[in-house]
Amino acid sequence: MKLPPGINAADFQDAVRRWQAAVGAEWVFTTDDDVALYRDAYSPFWGEDEERVASAAVAPATVEQVQAVVRIANERGIALYLISTGKNLGYGGSAPVLSGSVVLDLKRMNRVLEVNEPNAFALVEPGVSYFDLYRHIEERGLKVWIDTPDPGWGSVVGNALDGGAGWTASPFRDHFGSHCGMEVVLANGDLVRTGMGAMPNSKSWRQHKWGYGPWVDGLFRQSNMGVVTKMGFWLMPRPQAYLSGTAGVYRSADIVALIDTLNLLENEQVVNGSTSVGNPIVGGPGAADADIAALLRRPGGATPDALEALAVAKRIPYWTCTVPIYGPEKVVRAKMDYAREKFAAIAGSTFTETDLLRIPLTPEQLERAHKVDFGVPNLATFSIGARSAFNPNPTNGHLWFSPIVPRSGAAILEFQRFYAENLQNVTGGENLGFLGPIALTNWERSLVLMIMFPISRDPKQNRKIRDAFRRWVQLAGERGWGEYRTAPAFMDDVADTYSFNNGALRRLHETIKDALDPKGILSAGRYGVWPKHLRKARP
Amino acid sequence: MTMRGRLIATGLALAAVSAPHAQEQSSAPAQTQLARGQQVFTYWCATCHSAGPGMPGTQALQAKYHGNPPALLLQRTDLTPQLIAYFVRNGVSVMPLFRKTEISAADLDALAAYIVVTARTH
Repeated sequence: MKLPPGINAADFQDAVRRWQAAVGAEWVFTTDDDVALYRDAYSPFWGEDEERVASAAVAPATVEQVQAVVRIANERGIALYLISTGKNLGYGGSAPVLSGSVVLDLKRMNRVLEVNEPNAFALVEPGVSYFDLYRHIEERGLKVWIDTPDPGWGSVVGNALDGGAGWTASPFRDHFGSHCGMEVVLANGDLVRTGMGAMPNSKSWRQHKWGYGPWVDGLFRQSNMGVVTKMGFWLMPRPQAYLSGTAGVYRSADIVALIDTLNLLENEQVVNGSTSVGNPIVGGPGAADADIAALLRRPGGATPDALEALAVAKRIPYWTCTVPIYGPEKVVRAKMDYAREKFAAIAGSTFTETDLLRIPLTPEQLERAHKVDFGVPNLATFSIGARSAFNPNPTNGHLWFSPIVPRSGAAILEFQRFYAENLQNVTGGENLGFLGPIALTNWERSLVLMIMFPISRDPKQNRKIRDAFRRWVQLAGERGWGEYRTAPAFMDDVADTYSFNNGALRRLHETIKDALDPKGILSAGRYGVWPKHLRKARP
Repeated sequence: MTMRGRLIATGLALAAVSAPHAQEQSSAPAQTQLARGQQVFTYWCATCHSAGPGMPGTQALQAKYHGNPPALLLQRTDLTPQLIAYFVRNGVSVMPLFRKTEISAADLDALAAYIVVTARTH
């Protein structure tokens, strides 16, 4: 039996016996075969000494059982690592940050406790997946939508706590931002409800976020300060209609006006859907054009002027911006007319609309749709890495490098130059199979410029990927572009880039960690927050 | 689990049962186990391994075998319970491994029996 760090066999066996008594013997996993199931399938350290692996796992089914498990761990100072559904693939999966931690697996806490249609909210436990919540709503015919990220098997609570986002209307696609109220077990086993939930017999826990006094919910986001056992979420009333439009421009520099217009439309709350920025001249139809491909292969690459000439000649936009709108049909049409007028102010631009879709979609319409845009969870996104006619050598997973970049055309152009200028240096001239950068607009006021890194079972290749990833983190950090989320292998690297005033924010996190979890039993190292006894000396 | 009933329509066809974990033909336990196996398949497997677009598992198996054996798991007469268990517990390519809090040992037996029986009666 592998032991947690700093724990002797007798103490660990005693804790295991007590956990078995608390949750049932079949829900405490200590054999090598069972514990191996907690490996991160997408680990960039797979099969290497540095791979982060658990020593055991405990799976409580109730809040009272969570409290008992945590109290037992706290008495002995045993490191726990918290997972919800364990499907945070690309960000650690079900494996701990600190090897030897005991995984606190909350998958069995899988109850949808409430879905309220008139007030459009849900209250769920951490083991509830997007599929589960969707099915619960569909079975009851409730006219509310969930917002799901691409993979629908993840935890509604876990994704929100990890800072995930989805694809329907704002503000619902900001998953942490759309939560309302939490229940949390602290490291000493105490049970806290935040916001209005702190009031006994509260009737508005899921309707008013702020409660009274300091708002503490943020302490439990991307952190290790407590075990979230319930969470409320605001849901989107099922819209009447959906309409999407796409503006296109043929000059590279017009990205500035395009993004300025997009920002206005979103900030005025005219456009509420998940917008997207495309670069069709190189990343869309242009990629299949022989003349453009030849231009891109020239030594030194293609200049914007040369690409622009081809864009105009071939009527392939240099940039596009897609603006989906949800709402009542009359309102959606009026908003789209307004959006069209605003984009028309950009000389030479084009604008096209899709057919207006009335909700609910027919099965045939849904079959053709990007389902997550309509709040329907699925797993189609895994087609990206899976074997296909175009991808005969599938990956064993992926990592996302995902820096937050300002919402401006100038920032996109700067990032494009930054990527082109540094690619050779980062990869040593080797094709490491990056996909991207892809400009995402999940959050209303910023951009995410994502690059996907493939993971394999070849340690030599994974080492190159890790080195490249760390280099991108460092280079982007020097420009002021910080990652919003990352895998355990890079949590310290990214935390190092958030270093204003000699790492003041990290020092604040550590002060809070020491107060709430003095023995450091909860998810040590998560997002760069280490307990005192494991902190590395820093200059 | 699948959103609009895209599962392959399969009867339980107990008369043809010969899987190692479902030996008692037409017995109540076998029916219960196969029904449970169908639930597990629907919940955990069908979202990637059904027919139609947006099914990465089916896409990958089609690209690998070009239809021989079939890309749909429920048409695969060559799968044994042991092989099914191996892939569930070890994963392959972008498919991760599944823990016992997701698919318990009993659920895995039921799942394997369901796939084997369904494929043989396809």
